[in-house]
Amino acid sequence: MLDIPVWKRVLIWAVCAAGVAFSAPNLLYSTVEGHNDAVAAAEAGRSLTPEQEAARDAWPGWLPSSLVNLGLDLRGGAHLLAEVRVADVYAARIDALWPEVRDALRDRRAEVGPVRRMPSPDGVLRVAISEPAGLPAALAAVRALAQPVVTLTGIGAQDLEVTADQGEIVVQLSEAERTATDNRTMQQSLEIIRRRVDEVGTREPTIQRQGEDRILIQVPGIGSAAELKALIGTTAQLTFHPVVGRTENAGTDPGLRNSLFPSMDEPGVFYIVETTPVVTGEELVDAQPSFDQNNRPAVSFRFNPSGARKFGDYTANNIGSPFAIVLDDEVISAPVIQSHIPGGSGIITGRFTVEDSTQLAVLLRAGALPAEMTFLEERTIGPELGADSIEAGRIASLFAMGAVVVFMVASYGLFGVLAVAALGINVALMFGALSVIGATLTLPGIAGIVLTIGMAVDANVLVFERIREEMRTAKGPARAIELGYQKALSAIIDANITTFITAAILFMVGAGPVRGFAVTLGIGILTSVFTAVFVTRLLVVTWFERARPRTLNV
Amino acid sequence: MRHLRLVPDKTNINFFAAARVTFGASVVMMILSLVFIAMFGLNFGIDFRGGTTIRTESAAPVDIAGKRAALAALNLGDVSITEVFDPTFGPEQNVAMIRIQAQDGEEAVTPAIIASIEGVLKANDPGIAFTSVESVGPKVSGELIWSAVLSVVGAATAILIYIWLRFEWQFAVGAVAALVHDVLITVGIFALFQIRFDLAIIAALLTILGYSINDTVVVFDRLRENLIKFKAMPLMEVMNLSVNETLSRTLMTTGTTLIALIALLVLGGDVIRGFVFAITFGIVIGTYSSVYMAKNVVLWLGVKRDWSKSDDAGPKGTQFGDAGA
Repeated sequence: MLDIPVWKRVLIWAVCAAGVAFSAPNLLYSTVEGHNDAVAAAEAGRSLTPEQEAARDAWPGWLPSSLVNLGLDLRGGAHLLAEVRVADVYAARIDALWPEVRDALRDRRAEVGPVRRMPSPDGVLRVAISEPAGLPAALAAVRALAQPVVTLTGIGAQDLEVTADQGEIVVQLSEAERTATDNRTMQQSLEIIRRRVDEVGTREPTIQRQGEDRILIQVPGIGSAAELKALIGTTAQLTFHPVVGRTENAGTDPGLRNSLFPSMDEPGVFYIVETTPVVTGEELVDAQPSFDQNNRPAVSFRFNPSGARKFGDYTANNIGSPFAIVLDDEVISAPVIQSHIPGGSGIITGRFTVEDSTQLAVLLRAGALPAEMTFLEERTIGPELGADSIEAGRIASLFAMGAVVVFMVASYGLFGVLAVAALGINVALMFGALSVIGATLTLPGIAGIVLTIGMAVDANVLVFERIREEMRTAKGPARAIELGYQKALSAIIDANITTFITAAILFMVGAGPVRGFAVTLGIGILTSVFTAVFVTRLLVVTWFERARPRTLNV
Repeated sequence: MRHLRLVPDKTNINFFAAARVTFGASVVMMILSLVFIAMFGLNFGIDFRGGTTIRTESAAPVDIAGKRAALAALNLGDVSITEVFDPTFGPEQNVAMIRIQAQDGEEAVTPAIIASIEGVLKANDPGIAFTSVESVGPKVSGELIWSAVLSVVGAATAILIYIWLRFEWQFAVGAVAALVHDVLITVGIFALFQIRFDLAIIAALLTILGYSINDTVVVFDRLRENLIKFKAMPLMEVMNLSVNETLSRTLMTTGTTLIALIALLVLGGDVIRGFVFAITFGIVIGTYSSVYMAKNVVLWLGVKRDWSKSDDAGPKGTQFGDAGA
């Protein structure tokens, strides 16, 4: 009646053993973490310091080494939620389209006459033509510029929407192209933020896209959100422009297709430069912090072949004229071209500190962000606060565990001891599962564990109470145990599924620490049902087979 | 060996004896909660209304007036400073929370503002450390409120549907009535004592939903079983029998969970105290509502007992007709 097939027993014990094995590394957290860091460093091809080698050898490589990630609230670090202004990219795309449109219409000059770009809002190009009769031909010519958009659903969609409005041609990006552009912008932003954060080399940063146009960045161990913001908030758009003039009046009209940029070093000085850059930072292949001939911090850079050619040609043709190096709409410096610069390498000097030049080099190497970002949420948690929280959580968990053990043993005697053993296995399984899936443990997550310790006994209590009841109707111990498990099962399943529903909803809707809580609660429900239905039962049956009691003292 | 028994083996408490009083008390508490929420409002944390909180720690005693005077010079609008006390703090650990309202036109507080705040506080107390700085923009906080409401309503709806599928619609209504009761009264307590209400409290409310339904389902499960077993017994008696039979388990589980939670409440530190308090309170009220609230609603709605006569007008169900189950 109480038969549990051997394969089932083996399987149950195997799962328990796996839980213990995979949770064990967490007991020696710092040792295993040091080992993992050293292994990661070795895989990245860096040579190890003696301390790193010692850290690597402190934990044998063949043992499981996954750990529960500690959330920001436990480890300390910075959290940012950024919104990427995806619409910025439309304007740049449309602006870049104007020369193409102009050239296309120039080919039809006979029909459409001279063309003029009209003032228009960002992201819209309006072109006036002189011959109204040529409008259909002009529209056709501009439409010919459109490219098909490659998307999963928008088959046949074009990237441009060309319409006629009051005799003018209006060009803007189509809906399908906007979506595609947004996706590209987000992908690029994610990639560049990742590169920048990796350059600084902190452990396990989280960089995730959230929703349409948001990016969540969590970096453990960084000093403050302000520091993180300085690193990723800068667009780092490096451009080289021909200088038209220099002024001290901020209200100067720079003229058509020119821009007015302030100088970074000289307050009150503005440069008028041509808006279209000669070369941009996109063509950089390397940037390193260095020093100029006067031993002041500077950044040296190198262009790729096409950038080098453009840069070389321009410097050869414009010896003696000034040249503006612009970073995010600010002129870093505007040196006069002394000679032809072949080979495509150069140096940016300015009023930098060593930190500035190092950071600028990092930003230039990682590439420019395609669009600006607004920060919607930022949090900095100091490492001391996290350590305090871990300590408090640990003490509370131990206390909770101890009290539950006393309570259970006092109430159910031997059965209580078995339930407590199952509870220990349950906690091991929880930590093992959290480690293997690489879940993040947060402070509410610890609360979730403590709550699970309290609730994990519930399923056992349901069974034991049921066995007590069945004993009262005097069916003999074996039958009572069997009926107890059988009849308590529906209550256990229904009760835990409903709780699991809330955990699932918490996980879907919740953010950050709350999601951490949902994960521990959800995993806790699964493991506690498993331990109650399989492990405790196996323990009870094993005991019963050995002892063969005539009556049960539940 | 005699084991600890929270309740005798055989109890025969009539849980409906004081039905009017308990049900009335529940209704009164729910109305009071609504009144508190309307009158005092909730003390929303920055998650829900935007702004910045700075947690400071220093060896020197917290000088609230000095800090307030120092910050007043910065013109940051509404600033609140509270000292935090906790048994886990050491003697040299003086902690304060400073909350600053969302600044006009800013999505999140700029590094410049934070630097200036930290500057004046450092001038006020050179030994001060900033253990956490959090800032949420009004755009996100608006969305967080919405997602919080959505998650509570979504969870309640999902539970309603699940119970409906597993039991009968009357049980689902009873269970959800109990859930509304628990959540509403917990939120009422937060309004009454002006405890900070943030994202973590929403997680606590959802946990209460899960826990309270857990209790209710256990009672309902026994009720379902007894309804099949004792077909002739009046509904009220079957309910009393079911609650009495599961009483020992209800108190055992609530007991162990409360032990764990009280350990966390006392020793878990002040950062999650509000969160743990909400869960602890909710579990007590949830146990009460499973015993006194949920089944009263079911009794009031009535349960169709005899499925042998077909009745096309009534709801279709098979759960209690399956005598072999």
